Amino acid sequence: MPDSMAAAPKPVTPAAPRGAISLNGITRIFAGTIPAVDHIDLEIRAGEFFTLLGPSGCGKTTLLRMIAGFEAPDEGRLLISGKEMQDVPAHQRAVNTVFQSYALFPHLNVEQNIGFGLRMKGVAKPERKKRVDAIMELLQIGQFATRNAAQLSGGQRQRVALARALVNEPEVVLLDEPLSALDAKLRNELQIELLRMQKRLGMTFIFVTHDQHEALVMSDRIGVMSKGRLQQVGPVLDVYEKPRNVFVAEFLGLSNIWPINPTGGGAADTPIGTLQITETIGAARLAMIRPEKIWIYNDSAAPKDRPNVFPGTVREAIYMGASTQYRIELGGGQFVLALDTNNQAAERSWQPGEAVAVELKPNNLMLIEP
Amino acid sequence: MKTAVQGEARSRAIRLWITSGPGLFWVILFLLIPSVVLLGIGFFSADDYGGPTMPLSIQPFQQVAGFSLLGWDDGNIIIFLRSLEQAGIATVVTALLSYPIVFFIMTRPESVRPLLLLFIILPSWTNQVVRTYAWLELLGPNAPVTYVAHALGIVPPDLGIAPGQFAVTTGLAYNYLPYMIVPLYASAEKLDWNLVEAGRDLYASGFRLFWHSVFPQTLPGLLSGIIFVAIPAFGDYVVPQLLGGDKALMIGSLIANQFTETPDWPYGAALTIIMLVFTGVGLVAFRILSRRMGGAGEATI
Repeated sequence: MPDSMAAAPKPVTPAAPRGAISLNGITRIFAGTIPAVDHIDLEIRAGEFFTLLGPSGCGKTTLLRMIAGFEAPDEGRLLISGKEMQDVPAHQRAVNTVFQSYALFPHLNVEQNIGFGLRMKGVAKPERKKRVDAIMELLQIGQFATRNAAQLSGGQRQRVALARALVNEPEVVLLDEPLSALDAKLRNELQIELLRMQKRLGMTFIFVTHDQHEALVMSDRIGVMSKGRLQQVGPVLDVYEKPRNVFVAEFLGLSNIWPINPTGGGAADTPIGTLQITETIGAARLAMIRPEKIWIYNDSAAPKDRPNVFPGTVREAIYMGASTQYRIELGGGQFVLALDTNNQAAERSWQPGEAVAVELKPNNLMLIEP
Repeated sequence: MKTAVQGEARSRAIRLWITSGPGLFWVILFLLIPSVVLLGIGFFSADDYGGPTMPLSIQPFQQVAGFSLLGWDDGNIIIFLRSLEQAGIATVVTALLSYPIVFFIMTRPESVRPLLLLFIILPSWTNQVVRTYAWLELLGPNAPVTYVAHALGIVPPDLGIAPGQFAVTTGLAYNYLPYMIVPLYASAEKLDWNLVEAGRDLYASGFRLFWHSVFPQTLPGLLSGIIFVAIPAFGDYVVPQLLGGDKALMIGSLIANQFTETPDWPYGAALTIIMLVFTGVGLVAFRILSRRMGGAGEATI
């Protein structure tokens, strides 16, 4: 080893890039209850838009609060940018939070709210003003600079809360369901804006939500949580298209799930009949298919020579604008949920009572765990 | 012809009189009229026994300003300033004591909080005179606290801490502490802890965290507390009378003396008027000030 290297302090871990987060066996147990967060191992990459998705009470917010430093893990290690966080209190972490309730200081105006972190860090006034002005321009809230937080609309408050976090140029930005209080249109706008901001600034964003649509729109990767555990971590596409288990499949959109009983040759018996499944089935016990992956044919036009084509009757058709959702009864009283895009003339859609055939293409069938 | 709307308005007026009438009657008869009578007395001359008599005169007010047969004397000004000072110190002391107490109570389990609050309020259900006598015992010439003071050379031997200025401050602060704690607790109970977390998240800790994210939220309670403590402390009679002695005379005792020991009703009434004017001006100034302090809301009385 060269001499110059010997003098350098030994890093705790191999140099991790700024904004990377590493969770090792992180556990949090509130007195007398089951663990809120149960042995979470997770690597979040620098500059990534990572979403923690799960129903309320799944532990996602607790996990976020541990990263922020508001809660201490009972077990496990947490590293931010390669630095051990165990003894680093919240006010010393290069992490900023956008709170669900915004938590803007009511006694300060917009400008003062945004500049608060810089002021606490001891950034001199001219520099502070420059940075606050720049972030207000970026988020288009400059015209509210001297207004009181109480005089702002929900969307404006959300922008101020975001600006207040971003202006500090943190290594990681934590967002706790920041858009849940907004109406749908504004939420869509802000989703795009948030995403654009994250790509532009290159900070790591950890976004907590219970809204699967929001998670799909925004994330580079998603971690699906349930009962304090990570059910699946992966790129958006993987998590949606190849859910690992029933929980993930059902939480991210609609699904048809059947128990299977392999009969050899890539086939398996299911309640709707024998299904051809391309993949090696192995010990899998459940098969899943997304409703939009099911082809619907007029009974007469069904490709009867192909595998996994079943006759059925439409029992329910719910028109949803861009698509229509059908509940189709197959033989043996089994139902499948199928989604069809309304990209044809309206007369192409099927009415309840109509005889149809559905095709479940083998490569669209996924094997999942219970 | 009477319409339904008129009938509705009429019955509403009747209901209003029935509900607020007795209270109004009570206030007018037992508070407003006596006060007006008392204030009126301030513009009479005093007879030999101190009672009001004709002719009308502004002499009582000249007396208040310090003019008497013997010329001008700064005694009243000093008493007035001392009252102001004592009320001010008592307010600051109660506020400083209240914050730790309030946050101690607030961080206890929810089931014991009402009990702890009760302990704070309980003493004020007993007579103020009795409690003040207790302090006289504690701070008097032969009390342990006084021995300590003797040993430290703060108080000359043979004298007690009471009577004296310090004893008055102590007595006032003790007496009005619950009146600071209760409104402060009420506003602290509504504390938005998210703001405290936001403060921590934005690099504030220790005193700065308290100052920027806790204190502004408790300001409405503190402002109410200040009014509840400062105004009665300013005019307090029992505490300076028992713990003060002659050198710590306050305006409340001075007024009381004009109706008891050395009667001079018009002078006493004039003192009362001046005290009320100052209290009123102080209250208005305080409200303007607290309103100007902005978003945190003004004092709620």
